Amino acid sequence: MKGEITALATIVALTTGAGAIAFAADDWGKFQVEDRRSGYTYATAETQAMQDDEFANPAMLWVEHGEEAWNKVDGEAGKSCNSCHGNAAETMKTVGSTYPVFAKDIGKLENVEDRINRCRTDNMKAKAWKYDSQNMLGMVSYVKRQSLGQPMSVKIDGEAAPWFEKGKAFYTQRRGQLDMACSHCHVDNAGNMIRANTLSQGQGNGFPTYRLKWQKPGSLHRRFRGCNKQVRARPFKTGSDEYLALELYVMWRGRGLPVETPAVRN
Amino acid sequence: MSKITDKTTMSRRTALELAGGGVIAALLTGTLAGAARADAALLSDAIKKAVGDSAMTEGRITLDLPEIAENGNTVPVSVAVDSPMTEADHVKAVHLFAEKNPAADVASVYFTPASGVAKASFRMRLAGTQNVVAVAEMSDGSLFTAKKLVKVTIGGCGG
Amino acid sequence: MASKPRVRVPKTAKKGEIITIKSLISHKMETGRRKDSKTGELIPRQIINKFVCNFNGKQVFASDWHPAVSANPFMAFNFKAEESGEFEFVWTDDDGSTYSKKASLTVN
Ligand code: HEC
Ligand code: HEC
Repeated sequence: MKGEITALATIVALTTGAGAIAFAADDWGKFQVEDRRSGYTYATAETQAMQDDEFANPAMLWVEHGEEAWNKVDGEAGKSCNSCHGNAAETMKTVGSTYPVFAKDIGKLENVEDRINRCRTDNMKAKAWKYDSQNMLGMVSYVKRQSLGQPMSVKIDGEAAPWFEKGKAFYTQRRGQLDMACSHCHVDNAGNMIRANTLSQGQGNGFPTYRLKWQKPGSLHRRFRGCNKQVRARPFKTGSDEYLALELYVMWRGRGLPVETPAVRN
Repeated sequence: MSKITDKTTMSRRTALELAGGGVIAALLTGTLAGAARADAALLSDAIKKAVGDSAMTEGRITLDLPEIAENGNTVPVSVAVDSPMTEADHVKAVHLFAEKNPAADVASVYFTPASGVAKASFRMRLAGTQNVVAVAEMSDGSLFTAKKLVKVTIGGCGG
Repeated sequence: MASKPRVRVPKTAKKGEIITIKSLISHKMETGRRKDSKTGELIPRQIINKFVCNFNGKQVFASDWHPAVSANPFMAFNFKAEESGEFEFVWTDDDGSTYSKKASLTVN
């Protein structure tokens, strides 16, 4: 109890609404499904415009980088992504809205980053890419861009169920010196101000997202690390099982919201 | 001289950041006035370097910036100058300055009659809440100016 | 440090029409005032300091950039189409290297 008061009153200093842009009555169109709202609806008009203009959106530089890499032969097998997958607009259309998925052949949950690396190491005999490297961000952005506008719909039953439960538990687990869970900020306080930020629902439908703060795109797992660090909790590794499970839960929370990759956020 | 100026500016910024405004900021008003003078000196030096010190008239410039910028790293700015853009009468350049950035210069854009209209849009860094100043140089040598206050919630690393 | 620049220019325009040109290039625009979080040392400045647009070999627009221009610089400006020809866009880095891109315009 004492922990909560300290955290909320002194360090986090949540204040209600003054800078919040939206009111309950606002019509957010495709960016809202039932009570679920994309981070887009919490952004300023200028940030929204930067995302909307397909040319001005700086993250499109990474998408273009990914498109080039898609067609480039790499690795000892002498193949490119295109050699096996052909036209990404057709073959990658549902990836952005349905991942992470339980991959039967490796017996675990897999996100787009891991799937790409599996293709690189096993199918191309090429080196794996690091999370948040320019190559990986470019390729994930390019692949997910093919699902632009599609409603998010991850599968959480069957073999994915235990992962989902783990992610769900993570979401409400208090952590760090501030003793706060994801839900304290993104469920209980969405729309309120924290320091100089408007808290959103913490949706994952725009990733990799170009953050004005980072001045480049970053992965969802990088965002998780940042949010863990904010409450002075030890972050997990990008690509860890903990974050994979959390990714599944976060994507499910945003079910029905359109894929916005690459989104622009503060 | 310039070294001292820099220091004053820095320490005030740091103090403000730590204090987050309010009571401590009020205690600092003495320092603030000094720092404001220092900023003004940096700005006028930068302007002088770009266009000399002829008189400037307010007007003819539309400076489009958000009233509140979410993040100082990336603030969209658009500047337009009213002009026929002919060989005889056109805008040669527009210089943009940020009053309280570590260095006041932001960018200069150079137009020609082939531009058709004197308008440019880009994105700039602002180290904190401050005035953005535009100075337009016409083909006849006359100067026009405009400024706009931008409130920055999270400062960019400036420039 | 910079990757392939992007430009958007309409392919065709009517004579006398004023078109909008947009450009974007990936670059950190390192200000020279940031410290490396690990070593505490100042990261040296490296920015694109100049952007030029030529049409049929003649400069029609240019811009000088200082460290206060945001990372991944974007620039939009206009051009009055009078004749067909080719644009050349050139970005110049502090280290002397240049990045360029061409685009053609047909005026009818
Ligand atoms: C030698 C052939 C081959 C190459 C080269 C290859 N892949 Fe794959 N990829 C596959 C196979 C096989 C699958 C599994 C197909 C399935 O499960 O339906 C797959 C699946 C995928 C999936 C998941 C698709 C889905 O619908 O779930 C993605 C994403 C993917 N690959 C991306 C890439 C990328 C990006 C590259 C290049 C860096 C690449 N692949 C290179 C063979 C290849
Ligand atoms: C102390 C408050 C706080 C906590 C706790 C917190 N976050 Fe965040 N989170 C933020 C802030 C502030 C932002 C940036 C503004 C926004 O979108 O809410 C953010 C952004 C995000 C975003 C990006 C949203 C978008 O639209 O791009 C995601 C995803 C996210 N958080 C997930 C999480 C997860 C998962 C957890 C738990 C591990 C968590 N957050 C815990 C404060 C918090």
